[in-house]
Amino acid sequence: MTSPENKTDVKPDTKKDPDKEKRKIKSDKKMREIMTAYYIEAKTPKEQTGKKIAWITSGGPVEPLQVMDVIPIYPENYGAMIGASKMGVELCEKSEEMGYSSDLCSYARADIASSTVNGGPIGGLPEPDMLICCNNICGTVLKWYEVQARYYNVPLFILDTPICHTEFNSDMKRYVVTQIQEYISFLEKICGKPFDYDRMNEVGALSIRGQALWQEILDTTMNRPAPMTCFDAFFHLAMIVTLRGTQTAVDYYESLLAEMKERIAEGIGMLPHEKYRLVWDNLPIWYRLRWLSNKFTDRSACLVADTYTSGWCSSMKYLDENDFLGSMAEMYTRIFLNSGTDIMADNIIKMVEKYEADGVVFHSNRSCKPYSLGQYDMQKLIQKKVGIPTLMIEADMVDERMFSESQVETRIDAFIEMLK
Amino acid sequence: MITAGVDVGSISAKAAVMKDNSILKACVILTGYNAQNAGKQVFDMVLSELGMKASQIEKIVATGYGRNSITYADKAVTEITCHAAGANFLNPEVRSIIDIGGQDSKAIVIDERGKVKDFAMNDKCAAGTGRFLEVMARALEVDLDAFGELSLSADHIASISSLCTVFAESEVISLISKGEKRENIIAGIHASIGARVMAMGKRIGISAPIMMTGGVAKNIGVVKALEGKFNTSILVSENAQVNGAIGAAIIAASLN
Repeated sequence: MTSPENKTDVKPDTKKDPDKEKRKIKSDKKMREIMTAYYIEAKTPKEQTGKKIAWITSGGPVEPLQVMDVIPIYPENYGAMIGASKMGVELCEKSEEMGYSSDLCSYARADIASSTVNGGPIGGLPEPDMLICCNNICGTVLKWYEVQARYYNVPLFILDTPICHTEFNSDMKRYVVTQIQEYISFLEKICGKPFDYDRMNEVGALSIRGQALWQEILDTTMNRPAPMTCFDAFFHLAMIVTLRGTQTAVDYYESLLAEMKERIAEGIGMLPHEKYRLVWDNLPIWYRLRWLSNKFTDRSACLVADTYTSGWCSSMKYLDENDFLGSMAEMYTRIFLNSGTDIMADNIIKMVEKYEADGVVFHSNRSCKPYSLGQYDMQKLIQKKVGIPTLMIEADMVDERMFSESQVETRIDAFIEMLK
Repeated sequence: MITAGVDVGSISAKAAVMKDNSILKACVILTGYNAQNAGKQVFDMVLSELGMKASQIEKIVATGYGRNSITYADKAVTEITCHAAGANFLNPEVRSIIDIGGQDSKAIVIDERGKVKDFAMNDKCAAGTGRFLEVMARALEVDLDAFGELSLSADHIASISSLCTVFAESEVISLISKGEKRENIIAGIHASIGARVMAMGKRIGISAPIMMTGGVAKNIGVVKALEGKFNTSILVSENAQVNGAIGAAIIAASLN
């Protein structure tokens, strides 16, 4: 996930290059303001805001929290901020001192360590009143949230979404829907007020609208030249993750979409020269965003789409506007990370075709096993079905110790040479 | 047209000068501390051996880990692409390459024109590389150049299972203390490299004819271990170590 801190490694230009200025996305500033306001509110003493705080996993059902006026906080988003601020190694080392294995997810390690030292770019997250853990993104979150539930001594709700290897059936639906009812009872008990189902319909409509806008924004890169790259999507993603189901997110994405349409009308691409179009798979390498973006830009390679940021709208098709709560079970269970390898490969192939990509860049992410596990098979499937080159970069989303610059650079260079 | 290729690797720097389609001369030196200097020195060396001046070289391509530090080159190209071009020049039948150099090992699949179709590189780890062999040679107090021949007289292959160079070294030390024959340990080291490279090669669909390039190709023990793993004979040119530089010189000839 992304954050206002993502671009902290951007040094202010002493001399402004007019061509670069023209390519900058103007909405960035607004985005930073909204995210800052979001964290300021969350960090304001609860006696002043009167709001409870829930920590929630990135793929968790956040809409009922919005209905209950609970502020959702995403440790994974904070993990991304820690990574982008290059504070990951210090916190990962701290967690290792505490006894956690370096083989564990670096978001989990950074978050667990950050709690004990108020670490990271905003000096730690506000303390939670409850934890909401949905395992549609991975299994690590179960133990991670159990650790945090013990540390903060707060109630934990676990939503178990069975993996959809090939299908989603009625048994699965019943299983998840029952848990969503339990989730609502859990919230009613902790918040000490009844759940407002009318408000749920409003929040649901805003969530659907936000997801639809986000998909439209991502789809603007079908245009040549692409008005943005996946590196921009990594940044603007924060809103659909953290403020999904709010008017703020809808308003922001409407203005961002308008800016993208303007760029298309004026023929402004993110790259000065767009020769190759690529798809990115897996989480960003947060501490190397700028480095990677420059490497690809220098080689006229535009990352037009990615499986990661589209993850927050790709299962929107399963939502029913008239029955958000009922259809939410299916939407949250069928996210691409909770699917089988064939479905994940098919998702990439469809992206290659839709965005007319010349190659696929895989980040084999040491932290994220469910995301990285099937990548070799996916490489083969892509080469077989669409016959385009693929690249494998071995790294980690937050732990810089897992990144080897010269190795990655050689691989990128050799990959671009293959595209020629 | 006279062109040059300079390949600055992590352990050695290589330079080759070609005229049209023939190799005039190739040189190898140790890279040492300063990659940029090594790139300059090896180029000067090949020129002086040929009695030529730098101005006589029309185009230069730099490759290897130090490729971007070679300021006098016209272009930097990765060693993956250069090894493909070099192997294709040495033997146009070749469809796959195993390149084991100082700090990495690669499997490359190429087409009939020497263009890269796919490649795989070792993870950020020294196992299965030239550096791995250096560490083992030190632990065994054997000159690295003798490794290949010694392993051929092994009566069985000692088992080295660790993927980590440091752990593998401690496995070697424990084998020594158990009285295992040096030859058998060396054969085990080569087998472990073979196993690692095979996994990479299979992943990208390596197919015969296979050529081995890079400095480690001089080690007959590794070549034999790979032949056993891939169940096919592996071609090794006398120019294996300078293949990347040759490929770079060939690519230089195609520059405008």
